[in-house]
Amino acid sequence: MNKIIEYLLPPQRSTVASEVDSLFMFINVAGFILFAGIMLTILIFVIKYRRKSEDDVTPVITHNSLLEITWTIIPIILILIVFAWGFRGFMTLSTPPPNAYEIQVKAASWLWEFEYPNGGTTLNEVFVPVDQPVKFIMRSDDVLHSLFIPDFRVKMDILPNRYTSIWFEATETGQSILYCSEYCGSGHSAMLATVHVLSKQEFEEWLETGLEVDEDMPLADLGRQTYTAAGCNACHTLDGTDRIGPSFLNLFGSERTLTDGRTVTADEDYIRRSIIDPNAEITAGYPANMPSYAGRLSDRQIDGLIAFIKELHD
Amino acid sequence: MAETSKQTISIREYPVDEHPDKNYLNHDKGILSWLITLDHKRIGLLYLGSITFFFFLGGVLALLLRTELLTPAQSILDADTYNQIFTLHGAIMIFLFIIPSIPAALGNFFLPMMIGAKDVAFPRLNLASFWIYVAGALFALFSIVTGAVDTGWTFYTPYSTETGTAVVSMTLGVFIMGFSSILTGINFIVTLHKLRSPGQAWGKMPLFLWSLYATAIIQILATPVLAITLLLLIMERVLGVGIFDPALGGDPILYQHFFWFYSHPAVYIMIVPAFGIISELISVFSRKTIFGYWAIALSSLAIAFIGFLVWGHHMFVSGQSELSSVVFSFLTFFVGVPTGIKIFNWVATLYKGSIDLKTPMLYALAFLFLFTIGGLTGIMIGALSVNVHLHDTYYIVAHFHYVMMGGTVIALLGGIHYWWPKMTGRMYNEVWGKITCAVIFFSFNMTFLPQFVMGSQGMPRRYFNYLEEFQGLHQFSTIGSYILGLGFVMMALYLAYSLFRGPKAPPNPWGARSLEWMTSSPPTHHNFEYTPVILHGPYDHHQPEHEFRMGLVSESKETHG
Repeated sequence: MNKIIEYLLPPQRSTVASEVDSLFMFINVAGFILFAGIMLTILIFVIKYRRKSEDDVTPVITHNSLLEITWTIIPIILILIVFAWGFRGFMTLSTPPPNAYEIQVKAASWLWEFEYPNGGTTLNEVFVPVDQPVKFIMRSDDVLHSLFIPDFRVKMDILPNRYTSIWFEATETGQSILYCSEYCGSGHSAMLATVHVLSKQEFEEWLETGLEVDEDMPLADLGRQTYTAAGCNACHTLDGTDRIGPSFLNLFGSERTLTDGRTVTADEDYIRRSIIDPNAEITAGYPANMPSYAGRLSDRQIDGLIAFIKELHD
Repeated sequence: MAETSKQTISIREYPVDEHPDKNYLNHDKGILSWLITLDHKRIGLLYLGSITFFFFLGGVLALLLRTELLTPAQSILDADTYNQIFTLHGAIMIFLFIIPSIPAALGNFFLPMMIGAKDVAFPRLNLASFWIYVAGALFALFSIVTGAVDTGWTFYTPYSTETGTAVVSMTLGVFIMGFSSILTGINFIVTLHKLRSPGQAWGKMPLFLWSLYATAIIQILATPVLAITLLLLIMERVLGVGIFDPALGGDPILYQHFFWFYSHPAVYIMIVPAFGIISELISVFSRKTIFGYWAIALSSLAIAFIGFLVWGHHMFVSGQSELSSVVFSFLTFFVGVPTGIKIFNWVATLYKGSIDLKTPMLYALAFLFLFTIGGLTGIMIGALSVNVHLHDTYYIVAHFHYVMMGGTVIALLGGIHYWWPKMTGRMYNEVWGKITCAVIFFSFNMTFLPQFVMGSQGMPRRYFNYLEEFQGLHQFSTIGSYILGLGFVMMALYLAYSLFRGPKAPPNPWGARSLEWMTSSPPTHHNFEYTPVILHGPYDHHQPEHEFRMGLVSESKETHG
C-alpha cells in the first residue's frame, strides 16, 4: 500500500507533506473499500438475480428504514472525519510560524522573480535554507498566476491587486520543481522555476556570493547562462522554431519588420531595447506580451545575451 | 360553498395501435415542418441533432489536444492554438453540449409523454428556446472563426479582459444560450405542475421527471447570475467599467465568486438529469419497484439546494479568506450524502430483481462504476489540505471527466439506447450495442485513470508542454482517447443502420411501466388519443401491464352528487 502511495505522490520534502499525504491515503483506502464493496454487491446481484425467464416475478420492496438510516449515518461520520482532518492540515498550511524567512515573489507573464531580504534577486530560481520555515509574499505584475511546489504540497494563487502568501519548511536539501498552476496565456506551461534547498551553511554562503554575477565569465558564456536563468528559453528557441517569440537562431543582423510597418536591423542596440522595453518594437506576427527586464538583469548580463545571440548562426 | 362535489369518471383500457399510419415523424412533411414545429418530440430531436453535432466537434478538439500531448514538447499545434482548442473544447462541451443534453433533448421528448400530456405547457416558448440556443451557438461559432478564445471555459479575469481574442462574442453567445436554459426550465416546471394526467400524484411521477424538476429549479435560479456576470465582463471589456480588472479598480476574486455561483449549481444541471435516467433504467431492467422512491426524488432536490451553497470550493487557493474556505469545504461534503443515498438505493433496487443486461442496463452499471469513482474523488478534493495539492492539476481534470462524461454522458447514452425504439420506431443491434458499450467503458478508464495519477504527482492542467517524466502516462491516456473515439464511431454506424434498416420496434420492448411506453413506437402526433388515467406508480412491475393503459372513456362525463 505504501508503495502505491509513494508512486502516486511526489516525494515528501516539507514538514506538512506527511500530514497531507496521510489524509490522501485515508481517503483512498476508505474510498476504495467503499467502492469495492458497492461494486462487489452489484456484481453478486447481477449474477445471482439475472433474468431467468420472461415471467419472473419480483418482490415489492419500497424501502427499509434501518438500512437507509445506516447508509446515511456512516457516510456522514466519514465525511466529518475527512473534513476535520483536512481542516487541521489547512490551518497548518495557512499559519506561517513567526520566525519564517521572508522572500518576496513577483510573478509576471512569464517569469518568476525572487527577492531576498538583503535586496538580491534571482530569476526562475529560488534558493532556500533547509529546516527553516520560509514564507513567500507574492504579487503579480499582470494576470493571475499560481505558485505550486508539488514536493512541498503548497499552492496559492497570485493576484495583481493584493498580496497572498505561502510558507513551507523544507526537510531535505536538493532541487524541486515550481510550477505556475493558474492558466496565464501562451507561456503558461513554460513558467517554471527551480527551488534549490541548501543546507543552512551553504545558504549563508550563497547569500554572500551567489547573488553576485560572475564578472570574469566570458560574455557569451554569461549570456548562455542568463538565457536559461532569466527564462528567455520559455519563449525563444535556439533551433529556429517559433515558440511565442522569435527564435534566437540567425536573429542577429536580420531585418525585422515591426507591427507598425517600419523595418529595423536587429543590431546590438535593437536587442538591448527589446530586453529593456520589449513591447515598444514588436516584430510583426508575434504577441506583445514579453515582460520588461529593466532592473532584472545587469548591464553585463544584457551584454552577455547580445554576445550569445550573435554567435547563433547556422 | 360547503357543498361537496364528487366527480365520477369512467375509465377503460385503450389497447395500443401498434403501427399507426400517421406518427409524429410523418405527420407533417418538409424541412419547414421541422424548423417551426411546435411538437415537443420534434423539438427534442432538433436538440438531439444539435448536441450530437457539438459533441462531435468537441470530441474532435479533445483528440487534437490528446495528440499534441503525445510528446512533452511542441508537435502538431503551437501554444496559442493549443490554448484556444482546450478553451473551445471546454466551452462547447459545457455550454453547447452537456447543459442542454439530457433536459432539452430527452426531457423535451419524454416529459410530456410521461405525464400523459399532448405537449409542454408553452409549445411556442419551447420552440423559442431552441432558436435562442441556435442563436447563442452561432455567436459561439462566430467567435471560433474570428480569432477564437484562449481564456479557458471559465473566462477568468483579468486575463479575459486583456487577451486579444474574441471573448466578447463568445461570452455573448453563452449569455444568449442562458435564456434558452431558463425558458426550458420554466416550461418544464409549469408543465409538471399543470398538465399531469388524472391520478398522477407527485408520488406517481417517474423519477426522471423529479430530476428534471430539480434541474429546472437550478436553471431558473442560477442561470441569471451567469448572465449578469458575463454582461459585467462584456461591460468591462467594451466600456472599460472597472469591475473585475484591478487595473481599472476591480477585483478578480469577485469574478470567481460570481462565476462559480452559477457554474457550481450548473454542475448539477448537468448531472441531476442523469440520475433520473439511471433510476428509470435500473428499475425497468431489474423489472422491480425502485427502492426508496422518495429518498431518490427528494435527494435530487436536496442536491439542488446544497449545490447553491458550495461554490467557494473551487477557490480554496484563490486568495479568498481562509474562513470562507473552511465553511465551503464543510458544506461541500454534505452534497456527498444525498448522492451516496442515491447510489445505495439503486444498488438496493437490484436486490432480488430480474436483471436483464440489455445495452441500456450496461450503461447504467457503467454509470454506477464511473460515477462512484467521480464522487469519491470529489470527497478527496473537497478536503481542504489535500485540495491545496491537487487544485488545478490533472486530478481535477480526471475528476470532472469521471463525473461529467462517466456520469452524464454515459447516462445520456443509456437513455438514448433505452428510448431509441420509442423515438425512432426501430430497434438497434443489441450485440453491437453491448460491444460498443464495453469499448467505451474500458477506453474511458484508459483515458482518464492515468490522469488521476498524473495529477497526484503534480502535473498542472492546461499545460501545453510538460516534463518528460509524465510522457508515459500521457501517451497511455492519448491511446485510450483514440479507442474512445472509435467507440463513438461504432455507435454512430450501428445507430444509423438501425434508423434505416433496423427491425420495427414494438410499443414496449423492455416491459416498462411508465406512460411513454403505453403508446405506439414512434408515438402519434398527440402522444395519446385519449386522456390517460394513472392507477399505479411508474415502477409497479407487479401490476399487470394493461392496467397502465387506462384512459377516460369520455372527457365530459362527470356528475355532481
